[in-house]
Amino acid sequence: MNMTNENPLVRFVDIQKSYDGVTLVVKSLNLDVAKGEFLTMLGPSGSGKTTCLMMLAGFEPATHGEIYLNGQGINRVAPHKRGIGMVFQNYALFPHMTVWENLAFPLEVRGMGKDEREAKVKRALEMVRLGAFGDRRPAQLSGGQQQRVAVARSLVFDPDLVLMDEPLGALDKNLREQMQYEIKHIHENLGLTVVYVTHDQSEALTMSNRIAVFDDGIIQQCAPPEVLYEKPENAFCANFIGENNRLRGKVVEEVNGNVKVEVDGSDATVEAVKIKVEGVGARATLSLRPERVVVGPKKGEMANIFPARAEELIYLGDHIRTRFTVCGHDDFIVKIPNSAAHAHLREGETVDIGWNAEDCRALDPSD
Amino acid sequence: MSQVLVTADGVPLKTSLARAQRRSKLKAVALVAPLFVFIAVAFFVPIIDMLFRSVENQLVGEVLHRSMPLLQKWDERSGELPEEEVFAALALDFREAKENKSGGRVGRRLNYEKPGFSGLFRKSARGADRMEAPYREAFIALDEKWGDIENWRVIKRESAPYTISYYLAALDMGYADDGGIARNSEDGRIYLKLFWRTLWMSLFITFLCLILAYPISYLLSVLPTAKSNLLIILVLLPFWTSLLVRTTAWIALLQQEGVINDLVVWFGLVDDDNRLAMIHNRTGTIIAMVHILLPFMVLPLYSVMKTIPPSYMRAAKSLGATPFTAFVRVYMPNTVAGIGAGAILVFILAIGYYITPALVGGQSGTLISNFIAFHMQNSLNWGLAAALGAILLGVVLVLYFLYDKIVGIDNMKLG
Repeated sequence: MNMTNENPLVRFVDIQKSYDGVTLVVKSLNLDVAKGEFLTMLGPSGSGKTTCLMMLAGFEPATHGEIYLNGQGINRVAPHKRGIGMVFQNYALFPHMTVWENLAFPLEVRGMGKDEREAKVKRALEMVRLGAFGDRRPAQLSGGQQQRVAVARSLVFDPDLVLMDEPLGALDKNLREQMQYEIKHIHENLGLTVVYVTHDQSEALTMSNRIAVFDDGIIQQCAPPEVLYEKPENAFCANFIGENNRLRGKVVEEVNGNVKVEVDGSDATVEAVKIKVEGVGARATLSLRPERVVVGPKKGEMANIFPARAEELIYLGDHIRTRFTVCGHDDFIVKIPNSAAHAHLREGETVDIGWNAEDCRALDPSD
Repeated sequence: MSQVLVTADGVPLKTSLARAQRRSKLKAVALVAPLFVFIAVAFFVPIIDMLFRSVENQLVGEVLHRSMPLLQKWDERSGELPEEEVFAALALDFREAKENKSGGRVGRRLNYEKPGFSGLFRKSARGADRMEAPYREAFIALDEKWGDIENWRVIKRESAPYTISYYLAALDMGYADDGGIARNSEDGRIYLKLFWRTLWMSLFITFLCLILAYPISYLLSVLPTAKSNLLIILVLLPFWTSLLVRTTAWIALLQQEGVINDLVVWFGLVDDDNRLAMIHNRTGTIIAMVHILLPFMVLPLYSVMKTIPPSYMRAAKSLGATPFTAFVRVYMPNTVAGIGAGAILVFILAIGYYITPALVGGQSGTLISNFIAFHMQNSLNWGLAAALGAILLGVVLVLYFLYDKIVGIDNMKLG
């Protein structure tokens, strides 16, 4: 997906939002969503992601800035005139209408003829494999079925843009994963543009073309999933997406775009890629994915090799999650693959572990 | 398959289960018993007694116990007075009635049917002592009303132990001269008009309450809790004030020399000579009753609206419905349960309301309950009061039944 699209479908320009006139919930948001893109707004609760979605849908006015849809400013366009489909957190299916009536509602209020209406409702119901459930009330459906009806209803009037506000939050894990794929397929088959809000990072990684990570009213990073996971630009993203080992310390040397960091509580010096740190003397957080750590490397094979003591071993089938004490940090997690060749560690044993400098990113000190 | 299931020690499962549950059942019954007895004694028994009074008519047959059995043989269509033996027995009855002073009561009872009986019976009870055979002539000599066959027809009719005459009176009907049932003359029709007025005024008051309560309830349901709690207190405040105080406050506000009239005159909207008549008439009753019954509409509506997630309206709008369409098609249908509960509550309270119309209703604003009270307390015609009450009860039950058919009682949410 082209990130620098010339004609984005949605464009947030300098959006600020405050509810109480004292604090900003959204601080200067600039974001483009390309046509056909699946963009996820990911962040902890209270980070401003849902507020952004509500401003786009028209249920909350922006305090400052302008939102453009297809190049048109929509700040003063009422929600019902925006033509944006929306799936709500608890589906918001109308309980007094049948599934069929729920789906026909958006077509009815648009004054569509009966035959056309019926054809579209039928098609939408078949798309979510609920063809036989038209006469049921929402309360007679399971959570997953209700969810599918909600998706079908948001699509039945052929909107260009669909917003989804944590639509899978109420489902159990298996159903959630299944629905993730279904929504993804619908997105691909219909060529929709989707703006999706969630606080579940694995959901975001599974479904999105691009993820905008929100924290404290600011987009911390907006990138495709693999970039976000492998090249986080700050400590918050590194921590929020996937599992992450953090080593805090002070920069002591800077060479060729790499930095050497003296880790707190030990005299070890770790070499890492310089991403978001000041020069020598500044504090830094080193970020390292657990699966990039090798147990028992050969001397000189890797830039960073340190002795580590295995504190805790948790057997997880495909891998063994091991907690080490290394460089004075006792929460260093390593995922050791459960292969025939892997070293069988015991608790309390000390081994060498190592990692490459390019897998370790020196980021802002955070808190 | 039909083998009886037994527990480990061989007792049939059902017996064992019943034994295990007996204690908790007894406990439940004991907990319910005080309330049950209270309701039975203080509520059901009086109502049943009252309903019984609307048809009960033992008095005439009891007091005139010698003459009435003989009178049954008399054919009222023969055009002749009853036999001498009836008159003779009547004289004995009157002598006894004079001793235990029951003649006046019978006279009053028969007076409901036909004016003049009260005096006739007092006179006859006094004169029966000095009577001698032939009694027929003696009675007619005492008062010529005894020679009127029409009067004898009334006596014979009302000597039966049960009567529908109270109900006829309550429906502005009575017996015609030929013994058939006929409507009263134009100026004798009171109660049907009152029933009708009670009905439409109650419906109108219910409607006004709904119109006024709906927006308030909506506001309450969408405001943050701190603010809505304050408003709820304001809604409930009238509940903590005496009904009489509230009603008299309306008198102070609405009367001809009252606050509102003074303001209207002061602003020059109305002449000083044409002050608005807003109290002691229909307007006064409606205003005061709407005010008093409003909380009964607000609370069920509020409790239902509170459960409607704001996302319904948002969803409707996102699907392209204008705010108005979204409200009518999505929000309102979801409040039907509250509308039903509030409307039924207010209507049933309004249809039997008594104090407020009595104080501010004047001539045109009194309701049927005021007449029931009048017959209970002033005219002492309890039979008629009971019949009016029973008809009111019947109307309410019929309306309730219709409501159930149209809306469904199950859909009602009281809070």
